[in-house]
Amino acid sequence: MDWIALALSLRLAALTVLILMPVGIWIGRWLAFSDFRGKGVVEAALALPLVLPPTVIGYYLLVGFGVASPIGEVWFRLFGRGLVFSFEGLLLASVIVNLPFAIQPMQRAFEAIPRDVREAGAVSGLSPWQVLARIDLPLAWPGIVTGLVLTFAHTLGEFGVVLMVGGSIPGETRTVAIAIYDRVQAFDNAGAGAMSLLLLALSLLALSITYGLSARVGKRHG
Amino acid sequence: MADAALSISLRQSGPIPLDASISSDAGSVMALVGPSGSGKTTILRTVAGLYRPRHGRVVVNGQVWLDTERGIDVPPHLRRVGLVFQNYALFPHMTALANVMTALGHLPAEARRSRALALLDRVNLAGFEGRKPAALSGGQQQRVAVARALARDPDVLLLDEPFSAVDKVTRQRLYVELRELTLSLALPILFVTHDFDEAARVAGRMCLIDQGRVIQTGTPREVLARPASVRAAALVDLKNVFSARVSRADPSRIWLDWAGRSIEAHAPEGFSGIAPGQAVSWAIPATQVLISRTDMTVADETPNRFAAMISDLVHLSESVSVKVRLDGPDRPELSMTLPAHYARRTGLVAGSAVTIALMPDGIHLMMDA
Repeated sequence: MDWIALALSLRLAALTVLILMPVGIWIGRWLAFSDFRGKGVVEAALALPLVLPPTVIGYYLLVGFGVASPIGEVWFRLFGRGLVFSFEGLLLASVIVNLPFAIQPMQRAFEAIPRDVREAGAVSGLSPWQVLARIDLPLAWPGIVTGLVLTFAHTLGEFGVVLMVGGSIPGETRTVAIAIYDRVQAFDNAGAGAMSLLLLALSLLALSITYGLSARVGKRHG
Repeated sequence: MADAALSISLRQSGPIPLDASISSDAGSVMALVGPSGSGKTTILRTVAGLYRPRHGRVVVNGQVWLDTERGIDVPPHLRRVGLVFQNYALFPHMTALANVMTALGHLPAEARRSRALALLDRVNLAGFEGRKPAALSGGQQQRVAVARALARDPDVLLLDEPFSAVDKVTRQRLYVELRELTLSLALPILFVTHDFDEAARVAGRMCLIDQGRVIQTGTPREVLARPASVRAAALVDLKNVFSARVSRADPSRIWLDWAGRSIEAHAPEGFSGIAPGQAVSWAIPATQVLISRTDMTVADETPNRFAAMISDLVHLSESVSVKVRLDGPDRPELSMTLPAHYARRTGLVAGSAVTIALMPDGIHLMMDA
């Protein structure tokens, strides 16, 4: 078992979840409650990571994060190091790749709140922030948790994008998924098997949680 | 209008056409009545701040809530308005008590619970405060919605078809309760419905709305029996509407030529400048068409008697709905409502020959022909 890789994966997944929680709530709520020209294009763009091969996303991120690119250049000026093959670059890639996993369940949960219930909140004297805290979040929380659990599980298992953007630097960008690949390459089937079993268990747990929660959402509004 | 507790004026050509001016006094219930899609709910939503028309002004107790010309649009949570939604829109994750307490943000935290309990008691829901909406019946949910609307301590109370989601028996009880409640409240109440009976039961005044325009305002009795136009008559489902020409008029009475028949009607107040030969429409409520005791061969003082034949007769719970067809080239059909016992006693059936009489004071004239 590569404990350093496991720790790195968990740290990456936790930070991705931490960043995507407010981002997902904000974008999911915005898409659920507003209607504008080009909404379909925005939704399609956010869902791209679901269908594109990870190597394609990885390639574009690699190009986009490079020192020659505007993002990479700004990052280099600010922090004195490159984004590519660094943990920060990996985290940024992870956030982008996980956008649909976080946003879609949250958006569906916000959409399931009847419009007049939210209006009743405003008419009852609740400010927009109070409507968020006392009506939107309590009614949408199963969807929010589902989005975060999916993000966490998906980050642990991401392989292609990590390999393209991060490579396999121990303690910096070598995640569990990469470590499994390395172990197999080195004919260490026992090590690869132990880590694979761990990822399998974590994924099963995550999916069990999300299915349990979506049943809850159905009951609440059904 | 400037002194009314609530005054609304709205104007826009689309997407929902609106052209309405409505004012209401404290303590009075105004019903906004019209077919679905007529814009009555949009008017209510404008008062609550949930809809913003292109041009509009909403003034409540001297406070300007909306004035598009001056760029004033107070957000909904800062307007003191109680709104009972059509499907109640209770917060599904909160108990009845928490639903009501949510609207009590203007009170200090320690006073909210007792005030909410008092409001639930007022709508006869004491003992149900711990239940969530899903565990309440439709009528109980409606009461929670009313309690929550009152909790806001509103300057205006808005009711959007509040009886549409409850069964008929519950509705009858809620009419009585709402009527008692409104009598004790010193604030203007707007009540949206498409049911004229409901409007007459609950409201003191009625505003007939068609395609976003107010086409008549008055007491429910006036609007229902004396529609201002043929369109208004169609909206209030007044059955017997016909065209005629004025043949003669004196200050108190008007005689009409109805396809060769002479009809005598009382001249309505303010109905001046009517000239012989003018085309008008006239209507008579089904309850003002009577069966004459004597037939046409007997001389009778009663005006407006015509020979007719019953073409249809339907027994309802307390009355009989009858259609009669008159003689003459146009063979007009009139609807009339008779007490059930009268129809039984006289043995009327479809096909019976009768003589009908149109009550002159029941005949209502409309200038648009």
